[in-house]
Amino acid sequence: MSARAFRRAGQDARWIDWLVGGAAIAVAVLLLGLPLAAVFVEALRRGWPVVQSTLSDPDTIAAIRLTLLVAAITVPVNLVGGLAAAWCVAKHDFPGKRLMVTLIELPFSVSPVIAGLVFVLMFGAQGWFGTWLQARDIQIIFALPGLVLATVFVTFPFVARTVLPLMMEQGREEEEAAATLGANGLQTFVRVTLPNVKWALLAGVLLCNARAMGEFGAVSVVSGHIRGETNTMPLHVEILYNEYQFAGAFAVAAALALLGVVTLLAKTALERVSGCRMREGR
Amino acid sequence: MTVEAKDVERRFGPMAALQGISVRLQPGEFVALLGPSGSGKTTLLRILAGLDTADAGTVRIGGRDMAGVPARHRRIGVVFQNYALFRHMTVFENVAFGLRVRPRAERPYEAELKARVLRLLELVQIPDLANRYPEQISGGQRQRAALARALAIEPELLLLDEPFGALDAVVRKDVRRWLRGLHEQLGITSLLVTHDQEEAMEMADRIAVMDRGRIAQFASPRDLLDAPASAFVAGFVGEATRIPCIVESGIARFAEPGFDLLHAALPDGPAHAFVRPADVRAEAGVSAVVRARLGGGGTRLLVEVGGRSLEAETAPGADQLDRGAPCRISLRGAWIFAETGERARGLPLGAPPRLRSYTGGLSTDG
Repeated sequence: MSARAFRRAGQDARWIDWLVGGAAIAVAVLLLGLPLAAVFVEALRRGWPVVQSTLSDPDTIAAIRLTLLVAAITVPVNLVGGLAAAWCVAKHDFPGKRLMVTLIELPFSVSPVIAGLVFVLMFGAQGWFGTWLQARDIQIIFALPGLVLATVFVTFPFVARTVLPLMMEQGREEEEAAATLGANGLQTFVRVTLPNVKWALLAGVLLCNARAMGEFGAVSVVSGHIRGETNTMPLHVEILYNEYQFAGAFAVAAALALLGVVTLLAKTALERVSGCRMREGR
Repeated sequence: MTVEAKDVERRFGPMAALQGISVRLQPGEFVALLGPSGSGKTTLLRILAGLDTADAGTVRIGGRDMAGVPARHRRIGVVFQNYALFRHMTVFENVAFGLRVRPRAERPYEAELKARVLRLLELVQIPDLANRYPEQISGGQRQRAALARALAIEPELLLLDEPFGALDAVVRKDVRRWLRGLHEQLGITSLLVTHDQEEAMEMADRIAVMDRGRIAQFASPRDLLDAPASAFVAGFVGEATRIPCIVESGIARFAEPGFDLLHAALPDGPAHAFVRPADVRAEAGVSAVVRARLGGGGTRLLVEVGGRSLEAETAPGADQLDRGAPCRISLRGAWIFAETGERARGLPLGAPPRLRSYTGGLSTDG
């Protein structure tokens, strides 16, 4: 009886699997896939030439360039910072460690708009350091440094939060083994700690990148919306939309979405590769 | 290499993990740190390895004070509890690690390094696993890889932290014998941390029994059995059962019916008798055998006497008792400790009085 019972149980489970899986996919398509598709459909509705002319507009090109530049600065900064934070918390004991973990997650719990306002409050013309900065002719708010600062703040948790749980789970035994075998701190980090988290680190970097390109709230506050100068792609989309240039807005939005999708695909591919590697034990 | 710890103390917050630990290992000796979990044995091992620091006391290895010497400069081989193999490296690279991280001047050339690693893998009998990853090999093989990795730095002291914990019973026995054989072949001073007394008894030349951060007794396996220094050692070593009794004018009397009286050269007052299975002889009689258990040539039994169960043996050549068969027991001896800590060997009343006295000279080193 048992073999048959097992098979029946298995078939039941499979039937339920299909139902649950199907429902989940339906919801995902409805809530996530459809809007994304709408962006592309809307962008291409007036034909390719409109898209082309929007994307070749100098202001749009400047926005794309600025977005990529901000991401290019933000991602390495958060790669190093996030990795260092995770390493400190996972591999060391120090007073205030819990506070540190909370601080790492702070950008997730604080609204990006508030983050932007804080930077204005500190570095703006009327801000704490405003006069000091003005006297030295340093422009932070309404300029690239402000955009980068705001983006770094908002996207900081991505690397730290993907690497930290893995490092915690792996513990400190391998590092201790490395120490007893004669490795110094740097050798241990480069040869043991880093290779053990490299796939999680890459995944975190890609997520950080996707968010850095798409960040709107904090950037909107510190940017000043100067076309061709401090306008990033998300801000440019908003401006075009507010000016009733729907086709242009959707064209830029589609380009931005495409960047995000490419990043996500890269992450998925990475997970597949790392999954295979993991199974092979690498 | 001699290893000497003197008055070592370690606290974790309010908890004292080590209190006044002093031990001395002779060169080439195999010593086991035996104790229940939480007795501080791993803490002591970590302090020796340089992975933890003592709050007070000194550690000397090969005569050199280890205070302020980081783990990486100690050249002590450590086999960790879960082996802590580098998961992203092959077995070969794991073993090679200790050679690769050496300063350039001391680092062997690639060809020599390769030859040395392969020689080590031969030594631990896993030469064909060089290119596998830790995940792809069995627990026993991982343990051998971890040992080869620890030996690669040519340590003069080898620390083994519960190295058999993750192995199943059959493999464990084999590996134990093999490892002891390897110790005889290499002669490296070794310290084994374990909670398994059978393991400690079988492998070690001397055993330090640890109890709540202190060394209760440091002696050879034979002496631990023949002359336990404290009630804790008597209870922990040798599968003994603790039975409360009262001593009156040299006779120990048990509260439960079914136990014989024993001679005990102790002052009057309450005491504890520690009875080992070999001290309890079971034969057909009135109380009931609860569970017959195989072991020790099929003569080991679990009997229930006066609401207390203890292990017993049947006399050689006597009829075997079945599960549930009524039986009686006779005590052939016991270690009896008075509440004051005094110790005496309890002997049956009928037996001729023994000349040898066990009461004096507790042999604790340090």
